[in-house]
Amino acid sequence: MDAPASSVDLARVYADSGVGEVLDQLDRELVGLRPVKRRIREIAALLLVDKLRRELGLTAQPPTLHMSFTGNPGTGKTTVAMRMADILHRLGYVRSGHLVAVTRDDLVGQYIGHTAPKTKEVIKKAMGGVLFIDEAYYLYRPENERDYGQEAIEILLQVMENRRDDLVVILAGYADRMDKFFGSNPGFRSRVAHHIDFPDYSAAELQQIGEQMLTSQGYKFHPDAVEAFSRYVEARMQQPHFANARSIRNALDRARLRQAVRLFDDRDRKLTVDDLMTIEANEILVSRVLAPGDTAAGGESFPG
Amino acid sequence: MRLTQGTFSFLPDLTEEQIRAQIAYAMKNGWAVNIEYTDDPHPRNTYWELWGLPMFDLKDPAGVLHEIAECRKVFGSSYIRVSAFDSTATWESLRLSFIVNRPADEPGFFLERNEVNGRSINYTVRSYAASAKPAGERY
Repeated sequence: MDAPASSVDLARVYADSGVGEVLDQLDRELVGLRPVKRRIREIAALLLVDKLRRELGLTAQPPTLHMSFTGNPGTGKTTVAMRMADILHRLGYVRSGHLVAVTRDDLVGQYIGHTAPKTKEVIKKAMGGVLFIDEAYYLYRPENERDYGQEAIEILLQVMENRRDDLVVILAGYADRMDKFFGSNPGFRSRVAHHIDFPDYSAAELQQIGEQMLTSQGYKFHPDAVEAFSRYVEARMQQPHFANARSIRNALDRARLRQAVRLFDDRDRKLTVDDLMTIEANEILVSRVLAPGDTAAGGESFPG
Repeated sequence: MRLTQGTFSFLPDLTEEQIRAQIAYAMKNGWAVNIEYTDDPHPRNTYWELWGLPMFDLKDPAGVLHEIAECRKVFGSSYIRVSAFDSTATWESLRLSFIVNRPADEPGFFLERNEVNGRSINYTVRSYAASAKPAGERY
């Protein structure tokens, strides 16, 4: 570095870190989620400035980076967590940038003395990267005072405090239950610096997500199917167990299945590439979601 | 007498930073890192006690360094080594092994000469530390 130590170039550090690339990718690939993207930009800016300050010797303490992602199912929490790991890695706040996604089962043991080694094993695996705890509130079960979840919580709290430069913990779950979880574990609330709330998608966003999913899988909608799909989305949103992007993915999986069956039934015909790629309106319209008078069944035999 | 076994054993003891770099190298190559300890430094004692399980799936040396620190707390006056196992077909053996902890005082070895069959001599190496006391009470 030939720059004098009393001044630094923010633009250069930004370009060097490659964070811009990740943020742009985030913008491109994730539909909607405006508040989330804004928060991530803010966090990235904070970290970048913090990095500069450290280069000038202004702060010694590494910032607290633990986060909590709250939102309904299928709103992109895991996807964003993976990007977050990448951003933190590029800024040098975690060394390897891998994401270890766990749930209660991976942390809590089945008998006395089983939990601590299990939790520590997971933490060791996540070191140098990001530990993503999905549905974190299941760790705390107030109705059973002998539940081993408490032990995992204590170890996690200790690690979140003492090994801040070794790993970043992201807790995720539904908003209301996370609130309750933080309420009964004040230690967590004070150690989590960034709370990010994931909003539900609008119908238009879901439509766009569906089309992106299809494109990435090498499919496309027939022009009629686009309209049918938007009707499907509207109808599905009103039904129980709606899981945002995940429901859309499941719906598309079923549409692909029907498309395959249609092609197979008509197998004497010569198929073009276009035939193999196109999903027709009927493949969407036969969904139970759009069937009149049948609201109880929902579109999925098992809501996902 | 300083025990010289494994890689780097003729160099001064590795610093924490150097240990970290070696472990990072092993992980980069996909080798499973193990921590082993013993209080019997005899060169023929190849099987040391394993501390915990081999660490196959760690991505960062911090986890191993943490385990080394834990092992030192318990066996601070024993020998502790870190070894890296390569599971690739046709290798399937240790690729790297180095000592990360040694007792403060290493009395060394005694070379015993046994005269047999007239003028022939059989040699035996005995560790002073290991021959004086039972396992666990040495050093």
